[in-house]
Amino acid sequence: MMPNNKSSETKSGLRQTLGRPSTRYSVAFLIVSGIALGVVLWGGFNWAMELTNTETFCISCHEMRNNVYEEYTQTAHYNNSSGVRATCPDCHVPKEWHYKVVRKIRASNELYHKALGSINTREKFEAKRLELAQHVWDSMKATDSRECRNCHEFGSMDLTAQGRRAVEQHEKTAKEGKTCIDCHKGIAHSLPDLHDVDPSAVVGESRATD
Amino acid sequence: MKETSPYLLLIVILGIAMQSAAQSGLDSLRRQPIDADSIAVDQKKWQPDRDPIPRDYVQQPPLVPHSIEGYEVNLKSNKCLTCHSWANYKEAGATKISQTHFRDRELSVRANVAGTRYFCTQCHVPQVNARPLVENQFEPVDAIKQR
Ligand code: HEC
Ligand code: HEC
Ligand code: HEC
Ligand code: HEC
Ligand code: HEC
Ligand code: HEC
Repeated sequence: MMPNNKSSETKSGLRQTLGRPSTRYSVAFLIVSGIALGVVLWGGFNWAMELTNTETFCISCHEMRNNVYEEYTQTAHYNNSSGVRATCPDCHVPKEWHYKVVRKIRASNELYHKALGSINTREKFEAKRLELAQHVWDSMKATDSRECRNCHEFGSMDLTAQGRRAVEQHEKTAKEGKTCIDCHKGIAHSLPDLHDVDPSAVVGESRATD
Repeated sequence: MKETSPYLLLIVILGIAMQSAAQSGLDSLRRQPIDADSIAVDQKKWQPDRDPIPRDYVQQPPLVPHSIEGYEVNLKSNKCLTCHSWANYKEAGATKISQTHFRDRELSVRANVAGTRYFCTQCHVPQVNARPLVENQFEPVDAIKQR
């Protein structure tokens, strides 16, 4: 009962405030100018969001340009027969607005590590790479590879035009509850060191036994 | 009268010899005059994935029956083994690497793929649909001939 009473109180309070004339400007004027200001800020906010949603922005940091970008230019998502390119934000920044805002807030972590210099050399980057990749894998797994599906849709794939390995695996995907990133790691960048992830796919005996 | 220098004579003879060599079409390996661009090789398309390709002799490293475009093999990871290792082959529906791939050059058997067998494309090559450069009449021995 309590919360109900409280809200009806605030409601009537609000009605009083809205009705009361401001000493200098009418409330209507304040509201209109408030909305106008909101539109400007909102536009600016979205503009900033768009500006930071470009590849040019991503590779303005050498940490991104010298490592992942260089590798990406060697892959099918940069250069392929149809000439359609997937850029960094296509795969890393959600299209839906609210997911996008969340990703942008998380991206402030990147600014922090930029300042710390966490990956400012190739060696440091390689040392941290597995951890970074794991973040990306985890979030793609959690969203059922949402960003991939913005462009690729199983329903639109002509399986008869795909290679037989692809067909076999794609047919069993749904059955086994797998998602794109389970099978398609390292499609845009070189893989991190796999010693601790899949020791059978790298030379030398497992590190754990060293 | 002054005598003609024997050197001059030599130079003239050499010059004639070189001229005729050039005319008779002595080929360089590059097949192009030195000042011309070399001929670009034809772009060949990788063949689509298909059944394993029959082997022609018993010790032959099987040919790769699928595209390997973009597959990286380096010290940190080996894309081929993400499908062909003993841990992964079932999941991928691929052939597992055979026992021989675990034997190092001292012939001792390792717990993981041997360094000498790590760079797969040294021995296993993908196929394009290209005309053979040299005619070849090799016949597999009866024991492995496909029926
Ligand atoms: C200010 C420089 C800078 C810019 C601009 C930048 N990054 Fe980064 N990025 C970094 C740094 C530094 C890290 C490492 C963060 C860490 O050490 O945890 C990083 C990490 C990442 C990661 C790993 C994520 C994780 O969760 O660990 C991804 C993915 C990424 N960046 C993508 C992008 C994309 C896409 C853009 C463009 C929209 C971009 N970055 C723009 C500096 C930058
Ligand atoms: C902006 C659209 C877009 C996004 C997002 C995208 N792709 Fe692609 N993808 C493409 C295009 C275009 C091609 C090249 C098709 C061609 O060869 O003509 C491609 C090719 C591929 C291929 C075949 C070539 C190769 O690299 O082996 C795979 C596999 C693939 N994508 C998986 C993914 C996965 C997994 C994701 C998510 C992490 C993803 N794609 C995100 C557009 C996209
Ligand atoms: C169970 C494993 C598996 C899953 C899950 C999977 N793929 Fe694949 N996919 C493969 C294999 C294997 C190939 C063929 C080999 C290769 O390209 O590396 C392939 C090939 C492809 C290709 C290239 C097809 C061609 O022949 O031109 C594209 C594009 C692709 N996958 C996209 C996706 C997308 C998008 C998803 C998620 C919706 C997905 N795959 C999920 C295993 C998988
Ligand atoms: C086709 C989708 C795709 C595109 C385009 C793409 N990435 Fe990635 N990125 C991934 C995936 C998937 C991973 C997870 C690691 C892996 O599988 O290689 C990843 C991982 C990363 C990482 C973590 C470090 C690492 O190598 O694992 C960074 C940083 C990153 N990407 C930045 C970028 C930047 C910057 C661009 C643009 C130049 C870009 N990515 C373009 C799919 C993509
Ligand atoms: C996406 C998984 C995948 C990857 C990655 C892959 N292969 Fe395969 N490979 C297969 C499958 C599946 C077959 C076919 C098995 C069949 O149809 O019987 C095969 C067949 C082969 C065969 C023929 C085996 C035989 O008995 O004739 C060779 C050789 C081979 N692959 C080598 C390679 C090499 C070398 C690489 C890396 C450059 C590689 N593969 C990467 C899945 C893969
Ligand atoms: C030094 C040459 C050499 C290298 C390097 C090599 N192989 Fe082989 N491979 C062979 C030969 C020879 C055979 C056939 C005889 C045998 O099984 O040993 C073979 C057989 C195979 C077969 C078929 C096995 C079977 O049971 O029919 C597969 C699959 C294969 N190799 C995959 C690979 C992969 C993946 C790599 C890289 C990790 C690799 N090979 C590296 C020489 C090599």
